[in-house]
Amino acid sequence: MRFLSFFFDLLEPIFRLGQRWLGLSRLGWLFVAPNLFVIGVFTFLPILINILYATTGGVNLFPFERPFTGVENFQILFECRDYLDLSTCRKDVFWRAIGNTLKFSVMQVGLMVLVSLITALVLNRKIIGRGFWRGVFFYPVLLSPVVVALIWKWLLQSQGVFNAGLVAADMTPIEWLTDAGWAFFWTVFVSIWAHMGFYTLILLAGLQAIPRDLYEAAEMDRASPWRAFSRITLPLLMPNLIVVLVLAAIRAVQVFDEVFVLTGGGPGSATTFIVQFIYQTGFAEQIHLYGLAAAASLALAAFLVVLTLAQLRLTRASEAGQKGR
Amino acid sequence: MKVLDFLLRTRGRQRLHWTDVLTYAYLFVGLFMMFAPVLWLVASSFKTESAIGQFPPTFLPYSQKTVSVAGHEKPLPLFIVTLDGGQQREMAQVNRIGILATMVDAANAQDSMQVNINQRKPVYELKFAWNNYTDLFGKFTFGTYLWNSVFITVVATLLTLLFNSMAAFALSKYRFKGQKTVFLLIISTLMIPPTIILVPVFLVINQVGLLNNLWGVILPAVATPTGVFLLRQYMLTIPDELIEAARMDHASEWRIYWRIVLPLSAPALAVLAIFSVMWRWNDFLLPLIVLSQSEHFTLQLALNSFQGELNTQWNYLLAMTVITLLPVTIVFAFLQRYITTGIASAGVK
Repeated sequence: MRFLSFFFDLLEPIFRLGQRWLGLSRLGWLFVAPNLFVIGVFTFLPILINILYATTGGVNLFPFERPFTGVENFQILFECRDYLDLSTCRKDVFWRAIGNTLKFSVMQVGLMVLVSLITALVLNRKIIGRGFWRGVFFYPVLLSPVVVALIWKWLLQSQGVFNAGLVAADMTPIEWLTDAGWAFFWTVFVSIWAHMGFYTLILLAGLQAIPRDLYEAAEMDRASPWRAFSRITLPLLMPNLIVVLVLAAIRAVQVFDEVFVLTGGGPGSATTFIVQFIYQTGFAEQIHLYGLAAAASLALAAFLVVLTLAQLRLTRASEAGQKGR
Repeated sequence: MKVLDFLLRTRGRQRLHWTDVLTYAYLFVGLFMMFAPVLWLVASSFKTESAIGQFPPTFLPYSQKTVSVAGHEKPLPLFIVTLDGGQQREMAQVNRIGILATMVDAANAQDSMQVNINQRKPVYELKFAWNNYTDLFGKFTFGTYLWNSVFITVVATLLTLLFNSMAAFALSKYRFKGQKTVFLLIISTLMIPPTIILVPVFLVINQVGLLNNLWGVILPAVATPTGVFLLRQYMLTIPDELIEAARMDHASEWRIYWRIVLPLSAPALAVLAIFSVMWRWNDFLLPLIVLSQSEHFTLQLALNSFQGELNTQWNYLLAMTVITLLPVTIVFAFLQRYITTGIASAGVK
């Protein structure tokens, strides 16, 4: 405590001087300065530099020493001789990464929101020890992606417990993580396992905000439970559902760490997603193609903007719908 | 039906409905799905190197019993041998050639015989390989990784609390020109995921000379929009009269901030501190590009590079994973309520 007050007293003169120069009301600028400095240097400056990178080529890290190439990076990424055959594209891995990411996002978001909704509905019933059960489903959310991936890698390795189960049931063991189809399935499964608790929590908060007397009225009217769900729960939960859907989609499109540790993007490029493509072109391969990586991240950013706009649209539409009713 | 009635009986109210049974079934399946993988990992981390390669694996760390026999340097594995007559004998194996194994009596090294390998069964014992954990600190530079992770987490969290609370104080307790813009600017960074500015962030960190420096991971992370938002919302509920009264008493603005507003925001600061510890402890992508030399690795990076090796030593890797998930688990066990309500109210992770 004494150390703390010593530390804070040390900073006092700066703010006394600041107040003399700026006056009381503008002293606020001094308080926000550290924060603004950090986000300026590490967020807004990089956004500008990103555009510089995307429009220049070469392997030089310093943007002003790179030759201007205009849209060439985007051409490298997107050009194909025949758009029906991905192997004729200049960067077929990029196209594969886009395809994988879309497939992953649709499957992961769809399944996860469904599972989260069911779990939230179950947790919203009259149950003993709700706090405990809520924590059960939430626990994996706090684990680091690397730990999550290692937990499952250990279960899924060729000598792991899943294969032991198969052998015990007289079936042939499966190479879960080196078979393309299974590897993709497990990336979806593991990421649902790790993140569903978060969305369950948001949906549960939404469910608890629905007034109880609506259900009592429905019971009086002898409405079936299904009817109560589809006419009361679902419409009133819609705003939360949209938030969850879009948040999950924004995260799913950026999937990286768990999959990177679990499968390394393999086998081949079966589980290579866009962020891993950016990481590999920019940092992991022999020649660091910063321009190409930056162009790919701009493409990703554009996609995220579309998703965010879709959210705004949907939220507004659902609000308007509710007012109309 | 009698048994069912007994099982579904409750105190007072009507008996459990079938939907209640379904509910609890779902919850217990969920409990199993969420915790069994983690438990399996923890149990496996106590297995010896030989036990970890065993197939089919066991849940508990069973490994083959060994005995030291006179005349042999290393302890020998113990087997139960079924003799031709049908009686069984516990013997240690000296060596094995093809389908024939040379066995020896543990107490009497002279008493040896050759048996078919189908005639012998290994003897297992429950043995916790604590050395998986203790070896980490001797054999590997694990201590360095642990220290790096702890340093980054603690320093980044303290700076996050300081910077974010200062900004939140200005945004909730002052009126100045451009205040709204500043708030929007900070909040808008929520929309900019770190993945899409990866390359230029790398450049900036390189230019300020923080590559392969723990500060290169700490500094970019200390201005969190979530933190500013959370604290600002909380500070708005602190009555302005308190601050006015302090000004009457000639308290300096800085003193008002850290003597009055900070202590009153303790609950919100605690929530942010928990979040920040989780974020920094689990961080992966930023450290991955900033810290490329192994002496600067965090635990997460060390785990990643360790599992990528050709001959993964799973027994050590698992022990390391358990140590990495331990702090988060402990924090969660004690502060579960704060975390879940904090997330439910702020809607952010």
